[in-house]
Amino acid sequence: MTQHNRAKSDVFQPTGQIQFGVFFQGVNSGTIWKAAESGSQTDFESFRRIAQTAERGLFAAFFLGEGLRLREHLGRPHALDVVGRPDAQTMLAALASVTRNIGLVATQNTTYNDPADLAHRLASLDLISGGRAAWNIVTTDNAWTGANFRRGGYLDHADRYRHAEAFVETAKRIWDSWETPAGPARRVLHEGQHYTVDVTPRLPRSAQYRPVLFQAGDSPEGRNFAARQADVIFSAHPKFDDAVEFRKDLVERSVAAGRGANAVQIMPASEFILAATAQEAAEKKEWVRSLQIGPQQAIAYLEQFWGRELSAYDPDGPLPEIDPVVEETSETRGSGFHGAKARQLADQWRAEAKDKGLSIRQFVTSKTARIDATFTGSYTAVADHLAEYARTGAVDGFNISPWLVPTGLDDIVNHLVPELQERGVYPTEYGGSTLRENLGLDAPVRSSDEAAGAVRA
Amino acid sequence: MSTTDNNRAGFLAIELDGAGWDGADISRAVLAAESAGFHAATFTDAPAPGRANALQRAAFAGPVTRSIALVPEVDTVYTEPFHISTQLASLDYVSGGRAGWIATAAEAPGAAAAVGRPSVTGAALGQEAAASIEVSRRLWDSWEDDAVIRDVATGRYIDVDKLHYADFETPADFAGSGYSVKGPSIIPRPLQGQLPVLVPASLLGEVPADAVDAVLVSAPTPELLAAEVLDVRSRVGASVAVIAELDVVLDSRGQAAASRETAFDGGRAFAGTAAALTDFLESLLAAADGVRLHPASLALDLDELGRLVLPELRRRGALRPVLQDGTFRDLLGLERPASRYASAAAGTGK
Repeated sequence: MTQHNRAKSDVFQPTGQIQFGVFFQGVNSGTIWKAAESGSQTDFESFRRIAQTAERGLFAAFFLGEGLRLREHLGRPHALDVVGRPDAQTMLAALASVTRNIGLVATQNTTYNDPADLAHRLASLDLISGGRAAWNIVTTDNAWTGANFRRGGYLDHADRYRHAEAFVETAKRIWDSWETPAGPARRVLHEGQHYTVDVTPRLPRSAQYRPVLFQAGDSPEGRNFAARQADVIFSAHPKFDDAVEFRKDLVERSVAAGRGANAVQIMPASEFILAATAQEAAEKKEWVRSLQIGPQQAIAYLEQFWGRELSAYDPDGPLPEIDPVVEETSETRGSGFHGAKARQLADQWRAEAKDKGLSIRQFVTSKTARIDATFTGSYTAVADHLAEYARTGAVDGFNISPWLVPTGLDDIVNHLVPELQERGVYPTEYGGSTLRENLGLDAPVRSSDEAAGAVRA
Repeated sequence: MSTTDNNRAGFLAIELDGAGWDGADISRAVLAAESAGFHAATFTDAPAPGRANALQRAAFAGPVTRSIALVPEVDTVYTEPFHISTQLASLDYVSGGRAGWIATAAEAPGAAAAVGRPSVTGAALGQEAAASIEVSRRLWDSWEDDAVIRDVATGRYIDVDKLHYADFETPADFAGSGYSVKGPSIIPRPLQGQLPVLVPASLLGEVPADAVDAVLVSAPTPELLAAEVLDVRSRVGASVAVIAELDVVLDSRGQAAASRETAFDGGRAFAGTAAALTDFLESLLAAADGVRLHPASLALDLDELGRLVLPELRRRGALRPVLQDGTFRDLLGLERPASRYASAAAGTGK
């Protein structure tokens, strides 16, 4: 059966394969900076090394996040985790010149960008890279982030998906605007609540027609948005049973949106801790966790919920008996947390830690480490486990966050990928030169003149 | 700048606008410019069909080149200063410190309509440019050079005392919609500390001379350029480089320049033989610190320039050496500046 028929069917059909992407995190505690092997987070060589290793392992995509404001802790920039990262599209344009096949995915928000400008820059990246660009669509409504931008905070939380969807549809019309690869361009008009667009786009379609669209929202609204607009969802459900459940849910939404059961691929965020034996992998995991959540990070984690300094407490002792000073907790600004009743939370956590006999550090590790997203074990055992995902179609692939920069993919590419290839569940070569081809996605349907006219009216 | 030890020797930049959107074409053009001995390549961002984003073209060229400076035009009026600052700092990282910025602000009703903002005209253009340049400069300084400490003993990746809020506000007399930018930047300080900032001479006045590192000067005819250069030089002082803008169309492959069809306005361009251009540039470089050439055809003129013009200018001692593993600041004779916030902290005994 052809890709085309598979995509149009209302019955989900697994491909029997999985693919990998790599997410160069840039911030957060997941990346270890304390090890001897920890390299630069900003030098181009770190990015080149990871992208080229990923390409050697036939990864489908290289992801970069977006920074709009530095995270803060108790009113100052957060000091304990890796922080500081380049602009996604600028870095990806540079990586395009030292890679050949890997997809280049830029996380970009719909709140602090203009549709015409962002669509043009993504089209540029897509052309420069020979059809390898993708956009990971994120929304933000945070006025605190808006302090870095001309327009400031302006968007209500409830409006963010409506706003994002109009933005994405405008971008698609911009990418569709050239009648033929030689032009001329169709003028694109949009009148929205927060912005108007009147542009005659400058660039033709790329080798993959237009950038591939990724989306990461997990709320029902976010899932519906992905079902209507996205090609790939960057999900938060890597655990097998959750992944199966999430696939079922997304298939229903995607069929309801009229796009068929196979239109949207799923790649959950994940982390791999691998070794030759299960025993070695377990030991490695202890080491990784101890460097991800150090004693200071454990205390800082509690401070953001307690709203007060807790540096006098022993990270290897019990949770503080002292109560929070805030009514509502406010986790480190910039991480998208939306508060909870502080006192209640503290009581609950103290009880939980006491029950399980956990120290502050052990408790915080249990809360912050990507427990469900971490695959730990021998190369063969993890390969067997992943083959099950491929066989059932629970996911289309995994988006891997390496815990070391720039060597964090070496184990995966050197040992796990060959095991997966032996099991017949991982590509043995790139399927084509564009990201759309490599993911096995259909060419998009061009937005019609009637649709464009309707928006114009 | 105006290096004291090397007064007569200037630098040459070439505009690569004709290189299109395809990665292979961009590589070919920028490598040809580098091997021809040009000191800098610039990337126009005019809103014309078929042009990919200038900053991305420059970024793509970063890893494939070694010595040539990469200088995109980036608009200051219809863009977010915070994004621009981050993108330019990132360009500096991917090019190993060879990035610069031609900050533009031009009347562009199309660009205004594309982002749904009123069209900016007149003196307000210069105000927009000045504000955006100031935002970038503050954000580039907002991480001191040694802000990333990786101190395992205390668990600190950064020293927060070395990160600073930019706290930019547009001035009271700002004609457009005022705005503020908080900071700090999301990327550590650029490799060069501050990227060299170039502006067209038309923006001087609203953009203070001490906010820029170089000024681009044009004239209605090539003959008037040297006088124009001297005039601008007298206005900006010795610390700002003056770069002459010159359209060129050369005799090429048996075809006389005068008979070649080009998009240039009559009279503006230098048309003639490679030998005549060499003489002209030698005299122009006696007045200007550098010249930016806009070839009528990248394919034809770049070839002539690389084969005939640059080698002869170099032989005559009119060109600075091309820097190996140097920065764009090095080329311009600029020191790497300390962060403005580092000296403020030292001054308050912090």
